[in-house]
Amino acid sequence: MRVINRQPRQGISTITAAIPLVLLMIVYMIFSEARLAENPDDKLLPGVGTMVDAVQRMAFEPNKRTGDYLLWADTQASLSRLGIGMSISALIGLCIGVLNGVIPWFSAFWSPSVRIISMIPPMAILPILFILFGLGELSKYVLIIVGTAPFIMRDMEQRVRELPREQIIKAQTLDATSWQLIVRVVLPQVMPRLLDSVRLSLGSAWLFLIAAEAIASTEGLGYRIFLVRRYLSMDVILPYVIWITLLALIIDFSLRRVNAVCFPWFGANR
Amino acid sequence: MSLINVHSVWKSYEDKTVLEDLNFNISEGEFVTIVGASGCGKTTFLRMILGEESPSRGSIEIDGTPLVAEPGRDRGVVFQRYSVFPHLTVLQNVMLGLELAHSRLLCRSFGRKRKDHIRQSREMLDRVGLLSVADQYPDALSGGMQQRLALSQTLIIAPRIVLLDEPFGALDPGIRSDMHKLVSELHQDLGLTIVMVTHDISEGFLLGTRVMVFDKLRLDPHEPDLYGAGITYDIPLTRGARGVPASPSTASVPQHMEGNT
Repeated sequence: MRVINRQPRQGISTITAAIPLVLLMIVYMIFSEARLAENPDDKLLPGVGTMVDAVQRMAFEPNKRTGDYLLWADTQASLSRLGIGMSISALIGLCIGVLNGVIPWFSAFWSPSVRIISMIPPMAILPILFILFGLGELSKYVLIIVGTAPFIMRDMEQRVRELPREQIIKAQTLDATSWQLIVRVVLPQVMPRLLDSVRLSLGSAWLFLIAAEAIASTEGLGYRIFLVRRYLSMDVILPYVIWITLLALIIDFSLRRVNAVCFPWFGANR
Repeated sequence: MSLINVHSVWKSYEDKTVLEDLNFNISEGEFVTIVGASGCGKTTFLRMILGEESPSRGSIEIDGTPLVAEPGRDRGVVFQRYSVFPHLTVLQNVMLGLELAHSRLLCRSFGRKRKDHIRQSREMLDRVGLLSVADQYPDALSGGMQQRLALSQTLIIAPRIVLLDEPFGALDPGIRSDMHKLVSELHQDLGLTIVMVTHDISEGFLLGTRVMVFDKLRLDPHEPDLYGAGITYDIPLTRGARGVPASPSTASVPQHMEGNT
């Protein structure tokens, strides 16, 4: 039988999915053991015990200087930046994208600019943002928005254009005005696609968030990682990275669930 | 007075003439079927009545008023596919036309008005046999049921003209004949004016009260796109009761046309 036709049995998928991760952990632990055997003070590949201690310290004991539980304070700061940034970005992306897709005259003015703006590497204008908006929260929101909104705009425009011509004509024969067409036909159909678009942009949103936090911040997951780098604290960095990955996974999963629950008609249409 | 007047309508694209010099009238209550080979411009013609495209020359009038180049509520349409809205349930799909007419800003109806709209829509669904699936999404429906839905969605706002663009082209033969029956009944009972495009000649003769055949009147073998199609046959059919054609056999079709489909 050809390899392309061999299907893993149902139910085995959780095991196959876990194997690479388990292997990765085993390889890590072997190397960690080896280095620690040579030098017990080695910081590069800390043992599991050291990392558990670090997590205990960061998450469940108040910081001696500030009295905060650092992991939670950092998580809250980062998530609120990500949430506010992405929400504004999604809103802008939806509005501009839908108008670009529906109204030819709007698109004639704005589509080309959106295409050009989306080519600007957002990290390159980070200094400009810091200069314009200061080092506070605002510049971080703006970086996330600048980084993700153009993509969402273009994606939404594309999705609107993909709606079958027949539907748009049909709505007009039902006497829909342009406004009614947008409200009853276009918007409800692009909402699940917007959530998909947001899901795909979240990866780059995290990148911009952590970059902005690394450069100028006083709290946040990215800030912490870059702060403890100075002390070579791999025992803090690694759990933080795992935690960020876990958060990203949870957000991704929740957005999928929202799509499945709120837009049951959508799944079959992809 | 005739409902649709077509005055010397030409349609050509840059390097290609599609239709040339169409002249005819369609009266209220007629069921016109337009048949012809694929690419003969019959769908282009339908799009022009729909207002999706405009004639290169000549004019089309409805009720004596020249057509605006955009679709409107006097001309309902059912396409071969994608005529219904996937994000609305069957009932919501039918209600849409009523709601849009009722509320320009909110695009929805509320309270007593809504109850009334639901009642009207359910009556329409009952008529086309979809009442049992009123709360399902179109995706769960078969092709035939989706076309029934598309029809009822169009008919609920009572358009002056119903345009059908190969509406049964994607259906199985059995379901197709059910749909033929439904369309004939609706035509008779509601006194609809229907213009239907099809590539199936026998379907055209079975349903229509008048069959028009689109084909090229002149052909330059070295440049096939030079001349467009015109009306080669315009055949009025007399019918008995319940839309059964008096002469249903395709034997009345001139011999050379059969090769066209």
